Amino acid sequence: MMLVRAFPTTRHSAIEAARSGDGIERARGLQTLSEAYWRPVYAYLRLHWRRSHEEAADLTQEFFAELIEKDLLARFDASRARLRTWLRVCIDGLVQNGLRRSGRQKHGGGFDFESAEQELENAPGGESPEARFEKEWARAVFGMGLRHLREKCAAEGKLAHFALLEDYDLGDRASYAELARRHGIAVTDVTNRLAWARRSLREAVLDVLRELTCSEEELRSEARALLGAW
Amino acid sequence: MTVLSDSALSRLREAVTEPDLSGTRYRVVSVAGRGGMGIVYVAEDTTLSRKVALKVVDLAGPLDDRLRREAAVLARLEHPGIVPVYDAGTLPDGRAWYAMKLVQGERLDHAVERLTEGERLRIFLRICETVAFAHAHGVLHRDLKPQNVMIGPFGEVLVLDWGLARLAGDARGGRVGTEGFAAPEPLDDARDDVYSLGMLLAAMPPLPREIAAVAQKAAAPAARRYASVAELGADVRRFLEGDAVSALPEGPLRRAGRFLSRHRVAAGIVAAYSIGRAMIFFFTGR
Repeated sequence: MMLVRAFPTTRHSAIEAARSGDGIERARGLQTLSEAYWRPVYAYLRLHWRRSHEEAADLTQEFFAELIEKDLLARFDASRARLRTWLRVCIDGLVQNGLRRSGRQKHGGGFDFESAEQELENAPGGESPEARFEKEWARAVFGMGLRHLREKCAAEGKLAHFALLEDYDLGDRASYAELARRHGIAVTDVTNRLAWARRSLREAVLDVLRELTCSEEELRSEARALLGAW
Repeated sequence: MTVLSDSALSRLREAVTEPDLSGTRYRVVSVAGRGGMGIVYVAEDTTLSRKVALKVVDLAGPLDDRLRREAAVLARLEHPGIVPVYDAGTLPDGRAWYAMKLVQGERLDHAVERLTEGERLRIFLRICETVAFAHAHGVLHRDLKPQNVMIGPFGEVLVLDWGLARLAGDARGGRVGTEGFAAPEPLDDARDDVYSLGMLLAAMPPLPREIAAVAQKAAAPAARRYASVAELGADVRRFLEGDAVSALPEGPLRRAGRFLSRHRVAAGIVAAYSIGRAMIFFFTGR
């Protein structure tokens, strides 16, 4: 039986990277953090601070620029708060202190604010900005995990396994017999490949969480928040 | 990057959390609840066609040892107050699991308000009996609290969550358990559980004066604490039987009061006889 490592060591903390003196490391760290957090930040600015779509989109980019320019991450202490709680406090502080749309060159890009706005419009009512922030974070972590899994499957010649996961867990949850027919494989292969893909996705999600945390304790706490019963 | 819908996110979370039991005789039916270590599922034992509870840690790592320890302790202790364990293993992703009898009921901290004083004390005695049994088999629970006691629909009293238990000869010691219930100065012997039981008893108010004194003695500094759970239970039993408790020395008046309340009929007969004799003496002078 193959035992998967509890805490994969292939990825390093993006927070540590973003704090690093090495320019390339910093860029990598910020890229990962912004990929995980731009949607939560945007949603929080829209829902909590009631900023317009355009303003929230600009402020989201301003926020990540400020993270770097003011070296805000240096003040983050994982023993005192979760990163996402701390980021919300940072947003509150920056907005209260008059964070403005500066019109300067924004960090990164590729943020699809239109689709984020679309999702907010379709979101169930009554959800608090904090709950939406958490859900957007979970969505981003799983999205990144799926991307890593797809890359792994492509590298290992197992894209058929990934296709099964997409068809079943992201699709209509057809019966295993129907999946076997669609993919031209035996039902036992469906069972085995799907189990492998789910296990690998779990590992990939833990891998992403490892990047987004600073310590094993924080990783454990975040993993339980994301993968525990909810 | 793939943007997941709310329903897709929910399905993926379920997919990566649900244990892969494909190599076992169990099949997940539903989530029963979440404990300190992980998730408890209702599962079907496909060989024996019965429902079981399946406990799985939610993250492989140090918790695996704790879960395996709990399974080992449960397997060692066959007692009506302890849930029997059926099976144990490791999932393909490294997480430890074990299967146990599926029990249903209400946690003591939730049930306590609707219980009468007598019911609460009898339940407490059952807890003491279970813990004393564990001590006799070299096991300290070390996390006794109302949340870890379940009251079944037919009066069963089950002591749960043995994940912090310490076996005799085990090198592990030190302060563990829950703040407010764990002894402040761990002794690594039965008196640690006695302390927790004292706090558990105190968490079931209102308590009569004698039982409050028992709880106080159980949670007293080690030198003045009951030396064993059996001693603690015996004091509670004395109270239920109308006897004096060792935790509360009583004077002659209180002793007489307790005697009278315990022997009401005899006292009534004596009193009636005395009054009759007094009246005869008063009216006849004899």
